[in-house]
Amino acid sequence: MSQEPPDKTQETPNKPVEEPKKVPPPPPKPPPLKVSGEEHPIARKVRDAFPGGYISATLFRADISIEIKKEDLFSICLLLRDDPELDFDYPVHISSVDYLREKVRFEVVYEFFSIKKKHQVRIKTRVTEDDCVVDSVTPIWKGANYLEREVYDMMGIRFNNHPDLKRILLPDDYEEGYPLRKNFPVQGRGWRDTFDFPH
Amino acid sequence: MGLTGKFEANFITMKLDQAVNWSRKWSLWPMTFGLACCAIEMIAVVASRYDLDRFGAGVFRGSPRQSDLMIVAGTVCRRMAPVIRKVYDQMPEPRYVIAMGSCATSGNIYDSYSVVQGVDRFVPVDIYIPGCPPTPEALIEGVMRLQDQISKKKVFIKA
Repeated sequence: MSQEPPDKTQETPNKPVEEPKKVPPPPPKPPPLKVSGEEHPIARKVRDAFPGGYISATLFRADISIEIKKEDLFSICLLLRDDPELDFDYPVHISSVDYLREKVRFEVVYEFFSIKKKHQVRIKTRVTEDDCVVDSVTPIWKGANYLEREVYDMMGIRFNNHPDLKRILLPDDYEEGYPLRKNFPVQGRGWRDTFDFPH
Repeated sequence: MGLTGKFEANFITMKLDQAVNWSRKWSLWPMTFGLACCAIEMIAVVASRYDLDRFGAGVFRGSPRQSDLMIVAGTVCRRMAPVIRKVYDQMPEPRYVIAMGSCATSGNIYDSYSVVQGVDRFVPVDIYIPGCPPTPEALIEGVMRLQDQISKKKVFIKA
């Protein structure tokens, strides 16, 4: 059927339109979300390249997150940046989680994004309290510098090969510890009430 | 007073204290110290709908050297404290401080390691305005209360 003239109803506004408009074909459906993250192409790529470092991958609402061992973090990040199909060029955020009373206490979470490919990945790695050191990814992405410093400042996780690992939000001489740790007192240890200037 | 009626019609007589206080209270030049969301209400107070200029306090300055009144509007973090104190010290006397909102008066819900539990821990405060954030009317009320305080001050006799 040919399309109706656009001003037909405006010429005779009272006359009901007889023929129903042709329903436009539905837009092509997006490819179905995979149920398991293990089959996600990014996860598969990481697993194929580092079968020893890869632990698991989960997919939640189209967000892929991959858990890896911290020993392979640097090489996996290098793969994420240099593989032409992955091409992650933007470290969005680096954060950390404190699972107090778990055997492997801390977790560092990296969010990467590819501006060219427009896809995202989340990398998680666990570290113990005794050895809370991770390789820095600042040699790969310069933008990770301040993000890692914030993790160090708030959670006390140190980063190997970081060019300038020092506190970023709190003053350099802050001595109460790492405020985001779960065993840190909420009110702090008195720093907020001590004023080292004349008042 | 025995002077009444001895001058021309456009003369008034008053104490010197009153004259000085009168001129001070109607030309409070505030300094912006917006630290959080209270600053938005403070901006609204200066804008046309509420118009703090009706009370002589609409000339917001960016410099402490030119202002009499510091309105601390927002959450005061410990790292901001030396800055507030330094700015306060730079203000010429007589100077006044309004702690605007629950955070500046008491820290509000932010009972945390980094938030100072009220600016009065390191700066003398004249007026506390409750609210989270206080409405523009509340800030105007605070300014008016401060004007009341100023008009009662002794200028030439040290107590």
